[in-house]
Amino acid sequence: MNFIPPKPLSIRLQSCAKTFADGVRVLEPLDLHINAGETLVLLGPSGCGKTTTLRLIAGLEQPDVGGKVLFDDEDVTPQSIEARNVGMVFQSYALFPNMTVAENIGYGLRIRRLPTAEQRSRISEMLSMMRIEKLADRHIDQLSGGQRQRVALARALAVRPRALLLDEPLTALDAQLRESLRVEINLLLRRLGITTIYVTHDQTEAMALGDRIIVMSHGRVEQTGTPREIYHQPASAFVANFIGTMNQMHGEMKNGGFACAAGLLRWPGKATAANELLFRPEDVSVVAEHEAADLVGTVAAAFFIGDRTRLFVDVGDKQPLVVESMARCTLQPGQQVRLQVDPRGLLAL
Amino acid sequence: MFMPNRKILFRLQLAFTLAVCAFLVVPVVLSILAGLTVNYFAGLSSGLTLRWVFAVWDGYRDTIFLSLGIALACLLITLLLGVPTAYVLARSRNRMSRLIEELLVLPIAMPGLATALALIATYGTLGGFRTSWAFILIGHVLFTLPFMVRSVLAVLSAIDLKTLEEGAASLGAGFRQRFFDIVLPNCRNGILAGSLMVVTLSMGEFNMTWLLHTPLTKTLPVGLADAYASLRLEIGSAYTLIFFLMIVPLLLAMQTISRPRTTRFISDDPDNTLDILPVPETKK
Repeated sequence: MNFIPPKPLSIRLQSCAKTFADGVRVLEPLDLHINAGETLVLLGPSGCGKTTTLRLIAGLEQPDVGGKVLFDDEDVTPQSIEARNVGMVFQSYALFPNMTVAENIGYGLRIRRLPTAEQRSRISEMLSMMRIEKLADRHIDQLSGGQRQRVALARALAVRPRALLLDEPLTALDAQLRESLRVEINLLLRRLGITTIYVTHDQTEAMALGDRIIVMSHGRVEQTGTPREIYHQPASAFVANFIGTMNQMHGEMKNGGFACAAGLLRWPGKATAANELLFRPEDVSVVAEHEAADLVGTVAAAFFIGDRTRLFVDVGDKQPLVVESMARCTLQPGQQVRLQVDPRGLLAL
Repeated sequence: MFMPNRKILFRLQLAFTLAVCAFLVVPVVLSILAGLTVNYFAGLSSGLTLRWVFAVWDGYRDTIFLSLGIALACLLITLLLGVPTAYVLARSRNRMSRLIEELLVLPIAMPGLATALALIATYGTLGGFRTSWAFILIGHVLFTLPFMVRSVLAVLSAIDLKTLEEGAASLGAGFRQRFFDIVLPNCRNGILAGSLMVVTLSMGEFNMTWLLHTPLTKTLPVGLADAYASLRLEIGSAYTLIFFLMIVPLLLAMQTISRPRTTRFISDDPDNTLDILPVPETKK
């Protein structure tokens, strides 16, 4: 494998907003810095502006007046996508049905008028990198979804782009294939060290692939951070609830702890005025009769998932707590359960 | 008791179908035979001959060439006008483009006579133009253009043209390259179907042409009417036979193209190294 990526590119957006012709503003002014070689994931529900952001970077959309897109300090705002030399993978792959796999991969090289010999060697390099040598002469309608995905990636990378832009590339695939391709894409991106922007609405994908994640909602950035930061220190209730499962307990500070209907939560820091604390299911554990418990509740439902049992525990709050317990847990609905909450996992927003 | 009933029903249905077929096919056969019989009124016993076919060739061969010429010129113009029109309509799906699409169909909805009269009223005084075959050509283009636009548009609407073009643009292809490398090859079937339709319709067009022609610019169908009106029935029938021979291959070709393509998806990868888990693609 002798794929030599060009020097990684850093990308900056300066107050890029986007208003469509019908007056709908899909993106509020956005400032963004993408470091050379990093994988940045734009994460959010549909309509949050993540795809628009990607299209601004690609050059498929122009920002509203005043917005600027910079590739390494060079202002590329007026350049069309043809001139930006970015590799793009679409949700629908956008493979050309009138060409074979090899012709698809070689199209960008043909446009660049590379010598035929070099075109051929780069195509075979890409085919072997994506392990699709045997498909070279197939037509697109003869490929499965996973195979199309590989061809789309190979085609985008064949031109040695300055950055790789992926728009929900795994959404059209089924769950198992999605997971295996996710692992593979991750390895590939690490190996190539190419600056990558990855758009998805799937938090698992975002966590697995991103060096940094930008969580977006309603055209605004909610939070920027590493997957760990986003998960453990969500900056807003939206982020907390969008990423993973979050428990909510209502109550107030009292006696050096957080008093709620089902007990007293140990609160490590300074007193907070918040009347709501958040924590993840994995920070709650079921404890035995003789051990000290923070909360006491009643099992509302228990789901055996295989490696663990997911409990829904009624603690007199609006919503039952979600608790991840050991697989061998034999608690039944109606039984009383004693819970301990790790104070390090408590969040007040 | 049940089985015989079903058999009788089937035989009745078969008989009815055959009767309908005969009703439609017999005139065609008779017409062909009329063109090849020595004396139609005396019947087949008078013998078969190619005399009438040669008579048509001697008297009307110009009309055949003129019809072919007009059909090809018409095809050229509808290709140059229709394909870009379909492309623009496919790329801009809004109220305006729908309106234009509807307006394009007007020349089909209107009687050919009305279109022809409008053309004569407007351009009839331009002497050289009125008497040239280009005058007929204009009418034919008006009439056939919607068929070209529609069949190309149907193909273009079925593919995600916008994303395909964006994919090509991301690889560095400019507008011209995208149009010739991606757009045209992917609407090839629509262009082919539209082309055959245009040629067939132009060759057979009578309504409008009958008003637009001059004694020196007679097309095949106009000549045919002329032959039936003024000459022996056998000559008219022989003329029809020639028209048949010209048009049937076109119709057959059209059938072949419009047949849906057999899907060539190869479901199982023989060595299956490609998808780590060989899971079938989910339908969206």
